[in-house]
Amino acid sequence: MKFRLYRYSPETDAKPRMQDVDLDIDPAGKMLLDALIAIKAQDETLSLRRSCREGVCGSDAMNVNGKNRLACITPLGELKEPIEVRPLPGLPVIRDLIVDMEPFYRQYRSIKPWLINDEPEPEVERLQSPEDRALLDGAYECILCACCTTACPSFWWNPDKFVGPAGLLQAYRFIADSRDEATSARLDNVEDPYRLYRCHGIMNCVDACPKGLNPTEAIGRIKSLLVKRRV
Amino acid sequence: MNTRRFDALIVGGGGAGLRAALQLARSDYKVAVVSKVFPTRSHTVSAQGGITAALANVDDDRWEWHMYDTVKGGDWLGDQDAIEFMCREAATAVYELEHMGLPFSRLDNGKIYQRPFGGQSKHFGGDQATRTCAAADRTGHALLHTLYQQNIQHRTQFFDEYFALDLLRDADGYCLGVTAMSIETGEPLLIEARTTLLATGGAGRVFWNSSNAMINTGDGLGMVLRAGLPLQDMEFWQFHPTGIAGVGCLITEGVRGEGGYLLNRHGERFMERYAPHAKDLAGRDVVARAIAIEIAEGRGCGPRGDYVDIKLDHLGEKTIAEKLPGIRDLAIRFAGVDPVEKPIPVAPTAHYMMGGIPTNLHGQVVAPARYGPEEPVPGLYAVGECACVSVHGANRLGGNSLLDLIVFGRAAGKHMLEYLRDNPYPRPMPESAADASQARLVRWDQSGSERVAAISDDLRRLMQTHAGVFRTDAVLREGLEKLNELEGRLAHAGLTDTSHVFNTARIEALELENLMGVARATLVSAISRTESRGAHTREDFPARDDEHWLKHTLYSRAGDQVDAKPVRLKPLTVESIRPKERVY
Repeated sequence: MKFRLYRYSPETDAKPRMQDVDLDIDPAGKMLLDALIAIKAQDETLSLRRSCREGVCGSDAMNVNGKNRLACITPLGELKEPIEVRPLPGLPVIRDLIVDMEPFYRQYRSIKPWLINDEPEPEVERLQSPEDRALLDGAYECILCACCTTACPSFWWNPDKFVGPAGLLQAYRFIADSRDEATSARLDNVEDPYRLYRCHGIMNCVDACPKGLNPTEAIGRIKSLLVKRRV
Repeated sequence: MNTRRFDALIVGGGGAGLRAALQLARSDYKVAVVSKVFPTRSHTVSAQGGITAALANVDDDRWEWHMYDTVKGGDWLGDQDAIEFMCREAATAVYELEHMGLPFSRLDNGKIYQRPFGGQSKHFGGDQATRTCAAADRTGHALLHTLYQQNIQHRTQFFDEYFALDLLRDADGYCLGVTAMSIETGEPLLIEARTTLLATGGAGRVFWNSSNAMINTGDGLGMVLRAGLPLQDMEFWQFHPTGIAGVGCLITEGVRGEGGYLLNRHGERFMERYAPHAKDLAGRDVVARAIAIEIAEGRGCGPRGDYVDIKLDHLGEKTIAEKLPGIRDLAIRFAGVDPVEKPIPVAPTAHYMMGGIPTNLHGQVVAPARYGPEEPVPGLYAVGECACVSVHGANRLGGNSLLDLIVFGRAAGKHMLEYLRDNPYPRPMPESAADASQARLVRWDQSGSERVAAISDDLRRLMQTHAGVFRTDAVLREGLEKLNELEGRLAHAGLTDTSHVFNTARIEALELENLMGVARATLVSAISRTESRGAHTREDFPARDDEHWLKHTLYSRAGDQVDAKPVRLKPLTVESIRPKERVY
C-alpha cells in the first residue's frame, strides 16, 4: 500500500517534508496504526505516540487523508491511497506525527475539570437518579485526543483564548452533573467573547470526534443556560 | 545531570500512582509524578467492567464474603491479611471515588450500580453475588480521568512523557529517587526524593496475544531487578478468557455478568461441563482453560476452529446500549460483528500479572535482608499491577484490580506521609548513583547488527509458545534456552536512530530490556513451581500441591535464584480461610 507521511526531525531537517512509503501489507482486519508500526519496524526514525491500540487512551490522534482520526481504530482498507498522514493541525509539531499538546491541555485545565461540592461528604455515596446520570452520557466519555479541538478553525486562530470543543464539552460535563455545585462559577468562567463565543457552530468537532460525541450540542446547552441566566 | 528535588516521587500515572499522589498532594509535601505517557493514556483507562466492593446496593453482601471469594479465586496463594485489608477498605475507597465525581452508573434508587462478576458468591461460596460497581463498561476511563482531575486540582507536579530509567539507592539500601529521561528532549534527569513509589503497571506486552496497552512493558520490574531486588510469584499470569479473537482487545467479564454466555462450534454452552454451578462466571483461569481445551479438542468456531463465541444478543439492544456500549463499539470495529445481532469471536488473551514487586500491606517494598525474609526497603514503595502484595494470589478476580489500585494507592500514600515525618532530611546522594543509567543510555548510542523490533517480536512469540495457558517442564526449559539466545542477540542490537528529540526507538529499546527481565523471571519461576495452581497450569503436575507449594516464589536475577516465602494464612482480625478444593 502507498503512504505519504509527514516527516520532520528538528535535529536534521530544516523544514518538514512528505515521505512516500510503499508497504507490503494485507489491509484485511488491520488498522492504520498496524501499518505505521510496520513502517516503523523498517525505519526506526518514524515517531508517533500510541498506547492502548483500541481507541480509549487518545494517544494516536493524527490527520489522515485530511481528517483527524485515531490511527488505532481507522480501518486500513477504508482509506484511499496514497494514504496521507500528517500530525494534528493547529498545534506545534515536535517531530513527525507528534505535536505539542500543551495548548490543548492548558485549555482543558482552565475549565477546572473536577467536581466541586463543598457539602460535607456523606458516609456513603451521594445519590444521583439514573435520569440525572444520563445527562452525563455523551459528555464524560471524552478521551482528550484533541481530534475535535484541532479540527476547529476558531481554535486555530485563538488557541490561547478559545477553550475549544473538548474543553467546553468537559465544562458541560460538570455543569450537567447533579452533584456539582459550581454551575454559576463555571458559567462565569466561560462567559467571554473568546472562551466560549468563538464557537460559531461550524461542527467540525462533531465530524472529527472518534468517540461519536457532540461538543457542538454541549456548547449550545451552555449558551442557552447563559441566556436563561440573563432573563 | 540536571537534578530536581521533591519530598515524594511517584513513578507511573495510572490509577495506583494517581491515587497515591492525591493522598500526598493533599498534604504540604512536594510530590511529583513521572509518567512516560500523559497520565490519562495509562492502561487503567482500558479497564471496563468495574471495581468490586460489597456495597450491597443490589443484593445482600458483606466484605467477609468478598474476602472469601478473593482467597478462593487466588487458589489460596493470596496473603489473607492483605486480602482482609482490601475487602474491608473497599466500600470506603469506592465511596471516596464517588465523592470525587466518578460518574458511576446508577440504580433506580440513586445508588451506585453493581453487576455480577466471575467468582463472586454470597454466604462463603453460595449463590452468585452482585458486587462490581460500574460506570457502564468504561469504569477504568471514568476512574483514571477522575483521579487525574483531582490531582490537577491539588497541583501535583507532573513530569509527563518522562521515562524512568533506574532506582537510586545508597550503601544502606535507602531509595533516594530515580533517574529519568525527558522523551521530548532526550535529556537525562536525576529526581531526588526522600520516598519513591513505583506504580508502573503490568508487563502483558511480553506475550504475543495480549489485552494490554503497548506501554505495558514492566518498566518498574526492570528497575527493581537491576537494583538487585527480587520479584514475587512471576509464574502467575492471567489469561483473560474473552479477548477478541486474533486481536486481543478485551471483552469485559461484565458481558457474562449481564447474562452473556460462551458457545462452542456445536452451539453448546460448554461452561456447564467445566463449572456446573457458576458456569460462565467461574474464575477466569477456569474459563480460560475451558476455552483452550474446547479449541484444542476441535470444538472451536470459525474456519480454523481457533476461537469460541460469546453470545449477548439476547440481552437486547437497550441493555447493550446502556450497560455495554464500549463493547459494542469494540466488537464492530475489531471483530466486524454487531453483538446486538451476532456473537463475538473470542479467545484467551494475556491480561494480568498476579506477581510483581513484593510489598507489605502499606505498599512498602520488602525483600529478604539481615533481620528476616520481609524487611522493608527504606523509602521504596510499590502499588498496583507492578506490585505483589499479594491479594490476587494465583488468579485475580475481575473487578479486584481497580480496587487494588485504589485501596493500596491510598494506603501507600498514607504510609509515605508517615515515612516523610520520620525521615525529615534527605540522605546524601552517592556521587556514582547515576552511573549505571548513564551507561545504559550510552550503550544505545552504539550501532549494532540486530534490530530491537525484531527481537521484541521474537520475545513475544517465545513467551506465547512457551509460557502460555498450559505449561510443561520441557516446554518452559526450551523457552528459557531460546531466551538465552535472544539475550545474546540483544547484546548486539543497536539503533539506527540516535537522535534526541522524541526518539521513540530508544524508548522501545529500553522497554525491551525491561521485558527481557520479566520474561526470564516468568520462565524461571514457572519451571520451579512443580504444581498447578490458579493460572499456572503444569500438564506434568496437574494437581495443586499444598504440602510443598503453599508458598510464594521470590525470583532474583543473580544466578536466576528462586527462593520461597510463606503465604500469610492469618488475616488481620477474622478467622483464617483454610485451603480446600477449588470448585465453581
